Amino acid sequence: MGNAIFQPSHFTAVLLFALFASTVFGITQRQTPRNMLRYGLYCFVLFVAAAIALSWLMYFIAQ
Amino acid sequence: MTTEENKKTSTNSGSQEGFVYLPLIAGWLVPGGGHFLLRKWGRGALLAAAILGMFVLGLAMQGKVYANAHDILDILGLAGDLGNGLPYVISRMLGLGDVQVMVTTADYGTRFIVVAGLLNIIAAVDAHNLRTGRKS
Repeated sequence: MGNAIFQPSHFTAVLLFALFASTVFGITQRQTPRNMLRYGLYCFVLFVAAAIALSWLMYFIAQ
Repeated sequence: MTTEENKKTSTNSGSQEGFVYLPLIAGWLVPGGGHFLLRKWGRGALLAAAILGMFVLGLAMQGKVYANAHDILDILGLAGDLGNGLPYVISRMLGLGDVQVMVTTADYGTRFIVVAGLLNIIAAVDAHNLRTGRKS
């Protein structure tokens, strides 16, 4: 009962979250397919970069 | 001139007849459904894949599906979950997400399900904007 079917690592969960959210953001917030792709990639990079930066910040705070 | 313009306007709006909120409601009930209704097949498929993928992965991680609200955080979670539309109803009917598991991945799963619902609301509003012509 306690075993999840899917148990991703923290970073995999971040990547999946960023992928799905940036897909929706890209499609809904821009008009043309080219701009959708660019904005989607921009959001994805920002999601992942923010997660990595905050992780390092928390690592140094914990020291 | 005015009559011709009126004719053009009525011809253009001919393809947009019907209940104006239908794409919004369809998009809420079925992820990507509003875009499918407006024949935006590619966008609809991508939205459906992203939102349903997030919802299903959330359940696979043993995320909790909010059924009732005891405090303010539960109310917010329930509001987010309700954004999923029919997938939320189906998961409740099947008893998925009933068990609260105190592991990290289950907590991620709960957030995945809530965020899937919020993203679905964004997608449904986008379908409504396409329907009203606010977005092309």
